Amino acid sequence: MTSAHVTDLVKDYTIRNGLKRTRLRAVDHVSLELTPGRTVALVGESGSGKSTIAKILTRMERPTSGTVEVRREDGTAVGGPAYRREVQMVFQDPFASLNPFHSIEHHIARPLRIHRRTSTKDETRGRVLEMLERVNLTPAASIAPRRPHELSGGQRQRVAIARALAPGAKVLIADEPVSMLDVSIRLGVLNLLGRLQREDDLAVLYITHDLATARHFSDEVTVLYRGRVVERGPADAVILDPHHDYTKLLAAAAPDPERLGRVTASEPLDRDAIDNSACYDHFAGEWREAGVPAAA
Amino acid sequence: MTNIEPATATPADAAETGPDAAPVRSGWRSLLPTMTPWLAVGLVLVGGITLFGLLGPLFTGDPRQIRDIGLTGPSAEFWLGTTQTGQDVLAQLAHATRGSLQIGLLVGVLATILSAFFGIYGAYRGRFLDDAFSLFTNVFLVIPGLPLVIVISGFVPRESRGLWTIAVVLAVTGWAASARVLHAQTLSVRQRDYVAASQVSGERPWRVIVVEILPNLLPVIASQFVFAVIAAILGEAGLSYIGLGASNSATLGTMLFYAQNGFALSLGAWWWFVPPGLTIALFGMGLSLVNFSIDEVINPKLKNLRQHRRRARRAARLERELARGASRRTTAAKESDR
Amino acid sequence: MTTAPDAAPVLTVEDLTVVYEVDEPVTAVRGADLTLHRGEILGLAGESGCGKTTLAYAVNRLHRPPARIASGRITFHDKSGEDVDVLALEDAALRAFRWDRLSMVFQGAMNALNPVATIRAQLADTLRAHRPRMSRKEIRDRSEDVLRRVGVDPGRLGSYPHQLSGGMRQRVMIAMAMLLEPQIMIMDEPTTALDVVVQRDILREIVRLRDELDFAVVFITHDLPLLLEISDRIAVMLEGEIVELDTAERLYRQAAHPYTRKLLGSFPSLSGERGAFIRTGIDETDAGETGTGETGTDGAAASESDPTEERA
Repeated sequence: MTSAHVTDLVKDYTIRNGLKRTRLRAVDHVSLELTPGRTVALVGESGSGKSTIAKILTRMERPTSGTVEVRREDGTAVGGPAYRREVQMVFQDPFASLNPFHSIEHHIARPLRIHRRTSTKDETRGRVLEMLERVNLTPAASIAPRRPHELSGGQRQRVAIARALAPGAKVLIADEPVSMLDVSIRLGVLNLLGRLQREDDLAVLYITHDLATARHFSDEVTVLYRGRVVERGPADAVILDPHHDYTKLLAAAAPDPERLGRVTASEPLDRDAIDNSACYDHFAGEWREAGVPAAA
Repeated sequence: MTNIEPATATPADAAETGPDAAPVRSGWRSLLPTMTPWLAVGLVLVGGITLFGLLGPLFTGDPRQIRDIGLTGPSAEFWLGTTQTGQDVLAQLAHATRGSLQIGLLVGVLATILSAFFGIYGAYRGRFLDDAFSLFTNVFLVIPGLPLVIVISGFVPRESRGLWTIAVVLAVTGWAASARVLHAQTLSVRQRDYVAASQVSGERPWRVIVVEILPNLLPVIASQFVFAVIAAILGEAGLSYIGLGASNSATLGTMLFYAQNGFALSLGAWWWFVPPGLTIALFGMGLSLVNFSIDEVINPKLKNLRQHRRRARRAARLERELARGASRRTTAAKESDR
Repeated sequence: MTTAPDAAPVLTVEDLTVVYEVDEPVTAVRGADLTLHRGEILGLAGESGCGKTTLAYAVNRLHRPPARIASGRITFHDKSGEDVDVLALEDAALRAFRWDRLSMVFQGAMNALNPVATIRAQLADTLRAHRPRMSRKEIRDRSEDVLRRVGVDPGRLGSYPHQLSGGMRQRVMIAMAMLLEPQIMIMDEPTTALDVVVQRDILREIVRLRDELDFAVVFITHDLPLLLEISDRIAVMLEGEIVELDTAERLYRQAAHPYTRKLLGSFPSLSGERGAFIRTGIDETDAGETGTGETGTDGAAASESDPTEERA
């Protein structure tokens, strides 16, 4: 099985403002381990660098420094075209991630053809229908020839998941996969991801800003604040027993029906006072310096 | 999420996503503009003139044949009269239309290829190549077209100034504006997640451009193509009119040139210059009408505008009636209070 | 909580039906009955396309054709004791009514600020339009006052919208909505595009302002847990109908309508029991079954069938 090891990832962007150039550090020495069958949630607000990490993992961006290694069980590194096969992504907006011009079949058939998973037309078609059935889009034969605008948001996101899995993905990056969907179908899509993960023994990185689903759908939570990891650990430990100020703030801010009618219950922490120079590691049970290279 | 616009679209969506939805339509179908009276007029004009240009020369005589009945008005024998040297104007018009169409089509294709390459490929690759292509495009954009065309055409000796030379000259001076439009459109399309998704799944760059991006630009390209054809026909007419046109072909512009040289206007020989002028005008108008319909495909808001206005009027009327009912109720209530 | 069913009503909506006049007219809101009390926060929950925004727009007749109010009555009960029939208002009176007595914070409103005018100019414009007799000094004082109330430094009056963060812009929009001291504020997804922490700050601000100024709020969102925290009463809408309207407490503890229960069940609880709720699907046994259930839901959402079927 395949696992991904992210070590000391740094990504700088240069911002040109007239003649002045400033450097913006979007990701600052972030390390992550994605192992088969486990889900790691990457939690943070917009601008915290979580989407940049997704882009680097899917090789849409190059890191400034640091490494992303994807290794098979026998220790061989996954690279070249195989990388594109084994590391796949589900995008946030199902209305933008499918090409309005092409049929559903095209979206799933292309990855199959690119990675030579199928060799004949009939075989491709059969596999496309199989994939659609796996994501509960039935009857597959009537879904396949449709175009994206004829499907609902939830159905489109299922197509996007099928597309990601079609080439035989082993590492799946899910970038806010349900935040654009209607609330009543979110859990269905998340449960689907969960089932597929178990069936294919996927390593999943679940990027989200929603602590509640992060807790219920992941084994491990990593909290990102201004490009640095400020807290990491088992899902329940991080969310029910947050140590870092920022995690505490997030947990206090997330809507929770249990806190019925108590919107003003907790007083706001001053955001500017939060520093991201320290990270609490629940696995080790200790504070560490954030934003520095991990010890060798 | 919810606002007035999507709600308007609900019935259509519901109909499409229903379990027994209509049979599949291919992506190509959605690129075709919907038939409107204006589009019909445009197509009839363009089609009619094209047919005339294609078939006309087969039925009319030799346009160059000189007769001794100079400058006669329309008659049963010569429907559009004759020129100063007794040539049949109708025959000339048929051949000239064919010549103009040829040059229009040629320039349209050349300019579209140039603008697509520099606009789309540059925008897709980004970074240095994009900067270089943009600079190149901008240089061509600011070069004043017609003067350059005049200079280039003037340099080429008359005998080697063929159809192709003129077409290349017009294409080279006319592609830059559409390249900028395509550049902007490509930038917006390549930002979309489906382009990223196809890259993540390992699609090769040329396939991403041709299969994923290009189809979504087709309406824009078609519109730019139509625009280029209009511009080319007008440009060529202008060149020929000042005597710098292709030497070996007859176009609507050369007809005007000879009409001008033969003092058609001052002699009152309207049948000599009105037909070519009108043909150019009508063809341009037809293509513009087609272009408006393509615009509706690019911007669906335009498409629904008329329908939307009609519905809005109806809704407003019905609501006024209700409001009148309500105010009557209020007055009645006030009176009963008294 | 300041739940006040005994408080005087400020807005009564009776049997309101809004129809989209398309080829086959669509009823977006069907026979809605609502009473909004003074100083109350009324939550309006529902998913996309359920008609919650249409209802909010129709209440102050901001709906645009082809939407039309097909039947019903909307009565505004002014502080002075006067009753206003909103549907009978003529143009000028309607304009005066909007913003002055009932104001609205639109969805994505933070992007609706004029990018080339300062905050000061935009606030002053609104004041000048509705309070023509206000002096320059009064306008300045009032502008500074509202900004202070929503927690924005009055020094920001000279800023342009792009110089402010998303949360700050949203605060400015709320300030603008309360500029004329309306008795009702309708807020359509005012915090959806914001980060949770900023969202929380703004919610806190809204509740505090309500306590200070005693206006009534209609808060529209799809986020039911959020509504449960801030609302006194909540109306749940489904396909144009208000299927349930109750106090937040009762709605949470004993929801009567299956759709309400379904919505409540869609939100994992942050601090509640883990696993009891979702990760049951982890057991391989019912993995497939979970799947088919979802498809039903999804298909039903697309074809807009009866919600009770989805439960089954």
